[in-house]
Amino acid sequence: MDSDLSPQDKKDLDKFIKFFALKTVQVIVQARLGEKICTRSSSSPTGSDWFNLAIKDIPEVTHEAKKALAGQLPGIGRSMCVEISLKTSEGDSMELETWCLEMNEKCDKDIKVSYTVYNRLSLLLKSLLAITRVTPAYKLSRKQGHDYVILYRIYFGEVQLTGLGEGFQTVRVGVVGTPVGTITLSCAYRTNLAFMSTRQFERTAPIMGIIIDHFVDRNPNKYLYQPISDVCMPSFFIYIPSLILLYCSRLSYQPPVLVGAADFCHPSTLNAANPHQMGIPGKEGGVPQQVPVQPCHAAQAEHARASSCLPNDHVPAVPSGSGEDAEASSRSTDGKSVSPRDVMETTFTRKVGAFVNKPGTQVTTASLDLPFAAFAPRAYDIEENDPMVQPPESPATSSPLQGSLHSQGSGESGVPAQDDFVMVDFKPAFSKDDLLPMDLGTFYREFQNPPQLASLTIDVSSQSMAEDLDSLPEKLAVYEKNIDEFDAFVDTLQ
Amino acid sequence: MNCRSEVLEVSVEGRQVDEAMLALVHTILLHRSTGKFHYKKEGTYSIGTVGTQDIDCDFIDFSFVRVSSDELDRVIRKAVGEFKDLCCALQDAMGNGTDGMGQISLEFYQKKKSRWPFSDECIPWEVWSIKVNVVNLANEQERQICREKVGEKLGEKVINIVEVINRHEYLPKMPTQSEVDNVFDTSLKDVQPYLYKITFQITDTLGTSVSTTMRRLIKDTLAL
Repeated sequence: MDSDLSPQDKKDLDKFIKFFALKTVQVIVQARLGEKICTRSSSSPTGSDWFNLAIKDIPEVTHEAKKALAGQLPGIGRSMCVEISLKTSEGDSMELETWCLEMNEKCDKDIKVSYTVYNRLSLLLKSLLAITRVTPAYKLSRKQGHDYVILYRIYFGEVQLTGLGEGFQTVRVGVVGTPVGTITLSCAYRTNLAFMSTRQFERTAPIMGIIIDHFVDRNPNKYLYQPISDVCMPSFFIYIPSLILLYCSRLSYQPPVLVGAADFCHPSTLNAANPHQMGIPGKEGGVPQQVPVQPCHAAQAEHARASSCLPNDHVPAVPSGSGEDAEASSRSTDGKSVSPRDVMETTFTRKVGAFVNKPGTQVTTASLDLPFAAFAPRAYDIEENDPMVQPPESPATSSPLQGSLHSQGSGESGVPAQDDFVMVDFKPAFSKDDLLPMDLGTFYREFQNPPQLASLTIDVSSQSMAEDLDSLPEKLAVYEKNIDEFDAFVDTLQ
Repeated sequence: MNCRSEVLEVSVEGRQVDEAMLALVHTILLHRSTGKFHYKKEGTYSIGTVGTQDIDCDFIDFSFVRVSSDELDRVIRKAVGEFKDLCCALQDAMGNGTDGMGQISLEFYQKKKSRWPFSDECIPWEVWSIKVNVVNLANEQERQICREKVGEKLGEKVINIVEVINRHEYLPKMPTQSEVDNVFDTSLKDVQPYLYKITFQITDTLGTSVSTTMRRLIKDTLAL
């Protein structure tokens, strides 16, 4: 086959194939940058635009492509592949698509190299531009950011499609016949983009907490141009839209761990085996090593940085569970372990909130860490001691202040009126022990138990009853005398 | 020579007509445009560079690539806009809830010089017919679903277009300098598409053309 080609044609063809391969990589990688691409048309040929298309050359990408080619050209049995994968900030990755530039043995000997092959390769690049915007990875790449990034890997040799999962689809971009073989450009893309690890969801109920969104000015190019020589073979899938929920749940019980230059948290991804394990990128084709670590809050899904997310002795492993619930339950558990007697012993050291007049409601010093601990439900309260359930008898007092259901009498701390209650120093909230410290307290105590209305007392009522009966005729006489006045008043109301 | 004919069919909502047509027409024109030819002495020529531009659709979950040429884009938008206006006018005339159908044709042709007094002959060599079914949607939920579905369908159509293009069937030969205007549209400053024309036809759900429908409406009105 090659003997039919003139040396010039052979040289030209090799050059065309080489630059076509390089431009193919550029188009694919640039289409996954996450940005809209715009290049200008030029009526005057610049001489440097291969295939008459304005495709910029990103030096790092060209370098990677040349490194992968290593001086060889795509040929029969030697395919050039560009693998696009998604990698989260935690280091978990998933292959999205693989673009393959292959050559088969079917030759077109009659085709003109310098004209027809060149133009058809140009057409194929245009088709590649169109198709790269159609595959599912394009939308994902446009949304990449601090949750995940899109990475690429170029390799030469046999096509590897096992990482795309089951049911991957293939689309053929186009073919160009040449005297040495037929060039085929195709794409195999993953269709099953996710399933959630159900085990993780059973343990960790997603909590919509506060999202700490640290905006980091990053260059998306920087993520994409990381040479990926070691690819973490995915052993799990990631459900992209649910990452936000996981992000919140993680934040609720874990302090952010700063790794590298990043200053924000990333959602953890799921591992089917253990939600706290991440796969450390192993060697190419190797099995990733599972290491129990805290979710790595890394800014960039970089191999070097991902490997730094190793077990951190300073951050204890938190048992999986809903963050706030776990915290609350642990603290309530702490409360339960304290006996009421112990609680009473600590009474005088506790701070009582406003309007609290129930000395039986005790909290431990430990539970004081809870915000508004005084109002938190206390499991150790038993109904017998709950004055709301069984109000105490009003203590007899000479003070005009009648006891209410929650009365404690006046003044200072004293002996408990009943065994169930303990007199405490009443310190109203927000009152300071200076100037006139007890004014508010005195005021409150006095008017908390207002005197009984005179009209409601039995003596008074009985007395007024007799008087009313006696004065009734006189009142009736007065009303009859003024009846005209009353009638006029009624008329005005009508 | 037989003209190659390809038919694409899409169902879209009224406000998606513009973008859907632009996406498909521009995708076809991307493959049927070259850089500007600069002829040199001895019959050789050099070709300019074609730039590309990503376009995001507003009413469809879809992005496409077009040739970086504002002039070409203006011409296409004008034609697609007229097509959309006709579609909307038909829907308004027929009343709410009526689906409409239209067809926009992108025809690539060559001019064949004829002797005087005959005018030049236009010989089509490739015709793309895009049938558009304009649907009415009841609520926002349906619109959201339609937005995604139409995006997927357009993706399939782009793949179909690419598949046809890469069969490498007939293309006009590269012309000499004197005949370049018979093959390419040289009116644009930055790019040079093959000679093309855009035509469209609007039909109602019964398949009758707009003119027939309007005639019937006028007759019915006069009869009252």
